[in-house]
Amino acid sequence: MRLLKTHVLLRFLNSYVVDSPQPANISYLWNFGSLLALCLIIQILTGAFLAMHYSPNVDFAFNSVEHIMRDVNNGWIIRYTHANVASFFFIFVYMHVGRGLYYGSYKSPRVLVWSIGVIILILMMAIAFLGYVLPYGQMSLWGATVITNLLSAIPIFGVDIVELIWGGFSVSNATLNRFFSLHYLLPFLLAALALAHLIALHVHGSNNPNGVTSNGDRYAMHPYFIFKDLVTIFAFLLVLSVIVFFYPNLLGHSDNYIPADPMVTPASIVPEWYLLPFYAILRSIPNKLLGVLAMFGSLLILLILPLTDLSRIRGNQFRPAMKLAFWFFVVDFIILLWIGSQHPESPYLEIGQIATTFYFAWFLVLVPIIGIAENTLLDVATADKTNK
Amino acid sequence: MLSRLSVGAFKTAANLRASRSSSLLSAARSAPVRLASTSSASSASSESLVNSRATLASLSLFTAGTIAWYTHLYGTLPFLGEVHAGNLGDDGLHPPQYPWPHKGPFDTFDHASIRRGYQVYREVCAACHSLNRIAWRNLVGVSHTVDEVKAMAEQVEYTDGPNDQGEMYQRPGKLADYLPAPYPNEEAARASNGGALPPDLSLIIKARHGGADYVFSLLTGYMDPPAGVEVREGLNYNPYFPGGAIAMARLLFDGIVEYDDGTPATTSQMAKDVVEFLNWAAEPEHDERKKYGIKAVIILSALTLLSVYVKRFKWSPVKNRKILYSPPVDKTH
Repeated sequence: MRLLKTHVLLRFLNSYVVDSPQPANISYLWNFGSLLALCLIIQILTGAFLAMHYSPNVDFAFNSVEHIMRDVNNGWIIRYTHANVASFFFIFVYMHVGRGLYYGSYKSPRVLVWSIGVIILILMMAIAFLGYVLPYGQMSLWGATVITNLLSAIPIFGVDIVELIWGGFSVSNATLNRFFSLHYLLPFLLAALALAHLIALHVHGSNNPNGVTSNGDRYAMHPYFIFKDLVTIFAFLLVLSVIVFFYPNLLGHSDNYIPADPMVTPASIVPEWYLLPFYAILRSIPNKLLGVLAMFGSLLILLILPLTDLSRIRGNQFRPAMKLAFWFFVVDFIILLWIGSQHPESPYLEIGQIATTFYFAWFLVLVPIIGIAENTLLDVATADKTNK
Repeated sequence: MLSRLSVGAFKTAANLRASRSSSLLSAARSAPVRLASTSSASSASSESLVNSRATLASLSLFTAGTIAWYTHLYGTLPFLGEVHAGNLGDDGLHPPQYPWPHKGPFDTFDHASIRRGYQVYREVCAACHSLNRIAWRNLVGVSHTVDEVKAMAEQVEYTDGPNDQGEMYQRPGKLADYLPAPYPNEEAARASNGGALPPDLSLIIKARHGGADYVFSLLTGYMDPPAGVEVREGLNYNPYFPGGAIAMARLLFDGIVEYDDGTPATTSQMAKDVVEFLNWAAEPEHDERKKYGIKAVIILSALTLLSVYVKRFKWSPVKNRKILYSPPVDKTH
């Protein structure tokens, strides 16, 4: 027998990425998993090299980043790659979640996979936020100030928690130091969770576009899906290199090239684009505490889907009403993304409030109602048959 | 009831139901059954256009292409560009797009222009603005020769030390020294400029929305305030500056600098040259970056095409297989 199948450790490799049987009919939408793994590897590697030249001190952070950009050999490639792969990470994770929503990948028996995935998503946002603070430009400082201040909405000990996080009475050197430490630590926790995500997935294997069992029609990971994954990996690297080498600051904010100054507030403080939908939800609620709860709730509500999706059919392939509802949700998400980048004034505020309401109603009302309606129609149709 | 919903994918469900009734069993036996996911590509005639994979793929490509083209044209993603206050007074007049020599994907900086721009910076801007992140060595091979830069550096006195006696001393500049700043500290800079702080120019092109276009427009955009606009004493009206009132006065006038290479020093020529120089100062990696980019795009395009070929090659037996459904012979009949 081949070593790959008998060796104590290699056999895991074999069972996960070589011989692992995958449904034959999974589409290219199932490629985002491997792309996300690649993103994580790129981020950890480029991050490790950046950390060799970065110094987490309010007086040196900005200068050390510019030192990386100017004096470190090819340092600009490492930094621009790290900054832009963060954006691609989120593009892919949103596509990955969208795929899961559309094809019902959250339904039993993959509830654990989905739940770990939601935790990964939330942790990823925390890591991205921590990383954005490190260059210590204007947007880093003020973004950190705004986001950490959200926790002051917690009743009674909110302010104490915020000061505990800051390690002082404002975003300061202590804050930058611990953010750097956490930004280095948490990605390894993320990697461990990603591994748990894989292990949980491995029990039942991937879902497929039909939502019914694919046990009758599977192909080995290698060569079929390894080479299929490679297509999107090279396509991703191609797009990434266009961004890194020709439009490196496209997704960044120009204010972050101004060194942080606690005495000067920027004209408008916006988070990175991938946090905008949740920022829009936060700002749609007039009450600060409720706004913060809504923002975290908008992520955690993904966990409720296995419970609220009452349909007996997995995935939207055979559910026209749910297909329509899914695309409404996508459009709603894009509207929230856009609203997050606008000033909170009329009409953006009102549009944001409607979009926020729809966002929550989708999970809590629309999904269960469509499920019940479908089940009822199916029962009526089949009952009709058996009576004949 | 279900079959009345004429969505293509539903046909499989309908087929399942139909095959249950014995009258249609013979028809199902002879027809090859295809999986729903693969059927949409092949039997396009019976599927609705909306469900066709080719339509979906081309629509996605069209959308991505439109977004990419918009981004290339306007330098920002549609709808998601940086936040604007949405009124000219707060945000400043949006600068027009200028045809910078380094704009295209195959273009480098105009290095003769950088050299002239350095001269404008040295003779005009350097009176108030520092350029802290640029060392003399950075100019070598970019705008000047080693000997020229060494000579320029030696004209500046730098404090060094302490020496063996523990005292600081003055020495002529070396290649490793950074360009001298006009003021020793922020307070001195503010005191000399009516309370306003002239920003360091090392990153100014990257640190302002609009980049090179904005700085060029600002330098050439001074004008008398329109009727009804009051500008405070000591400030100057410039429609491109957020708020409209800027502490810096117009400094570029025709002929204020005499170029070594004989280029007529008009206001717009000097503004263009100094912006080109500052753009280099903000992105010294620019030329190398685009060269790397061309190589990366060539290699990765080839690898992408190759991987598409290999994928199709490996998958061709799967894609061309025929699945036959032969139901067990019903012995009860």
